[in-house]
Amino acid sequence: MHIAEGFLPPVHAVGWTIAAAPFVVHGARAVGKEVRERPESTLLLGAAGAFTFVLSAIKLPSVTGSSSHPTGTGAGAILFRPPVMALLGTVVLLFQALLLAHGGLTTLGANAFSFAVVGPWAGYAAYRLTRRCGGGLLGGVFAGMAVADLATYITTALQLALAFPDTESGLAGAAAKFLGVFAVTQIPLAIGEGLLGVLLFRVLTVNARPELERLGVLTPTPVLEPEKARVLEPEKARGTDDEEGQR
Amino acid sequence: MRRRHLTTALLVLAVVALFAVPLLLDGGSSEYAGTDSRATEVVQESAPDYEPWFESVFSPGSTEIESGLFALQAALGGVALGYVLGRLRGRRTAEQTTGRTTGQPEPDRA
Repeated sequence: MHIAEGFLPPVHAVGWTIAAAPFVVHGARAVGKEVRERPESTLLLGAAGAFTFVLSAIKLPSVTGSSSHPTGTGAGAILFRPPVMALLGTVVLLFQALLLAHGGLTTLGANAFSFAVVGPWAGYAAYRLTRRCGGGLLGGVFAGMAVADLATYITTALQLALAFPDTESGLAGAAAKFLGVFAVTQIPLAIGEGLLGVLLFRVLTVNARPELERLGVLTPTPVLEPEKARVLEPEKARGTDDEEGQR
Repeated sequence: MRRRHLTTALLVLAVVALFAVPLLLDGGSSEYAGTDSRATEVVQESAPDYEPWFESVFSPGSTEIESGLFALQAALGGVALGYVLGRLRGRRTAEQTTGRTTGQPEPDRA
């Protein structure tokens, strides 16, 4: 999904930068707010950033005989909502553009728009939809992570098609060509990323339950007043606990 | 608890298989070029006159250095992720231990 340095005409480079900038600024404020209002989230915020950092560094082989890398932006979008990922994703892209010659400064806007804006939002939408349809947390995580990955690459393909429409078949032809490069290769990676997301959230639901409840990812365990808790039958208290564990 | 571990093992196995099986079936006939560089080639094919108008500010001297830097990126992320998950797990273990010694609300006192 990294459009190489200099590979977008100046007008497109500027246009995508203008399009992505408000999201990134809003994202920076969202991160600041999160850290100020919920300092206990900082650890998980770090985990979300680290997850994207790892996954976007690993190039994996795919069925098409090409290799590509996952995005890992879905996890943070699910935990902290998409704006936070607009900042974290852009930081990752900046690191890669400056140190790895992967992506670039002129294409940072376009790449940020696909990787840090469209991916997280599409993934978050898929997550919410799956949960609303009764898919459960892990089902939602799988859908959210996979869709964030795919949506990022589809956006890149469309950005390239817009910049380089085919001389004969025009925009549609170019879109088909670039989607051919990215989309099929990305399907197994998206599935793999969904499974990795499930693994991550399985660990988090056990070890970071209070944070997930505060973030609204898990339904909080009914908080009982100490007096009420004592009045409750032990069996009943244990019963609700078990139910929570099942979710 | 055992079933939980089995599920974890199966998930990890599925991820590995997802990337190992295509490699095995392929038998070394593909180059596994990155899609990003493939896209650049497609641009050059469909718009041969296009000149990239900006160069990377810094390019790793060789593919070895480049993959080293990618490994560094993954390592940094892995360390951070491991640190957070380790701390969270340690916190939970500590809570369980203190809960056991101080005695959580005992049911028979109700």
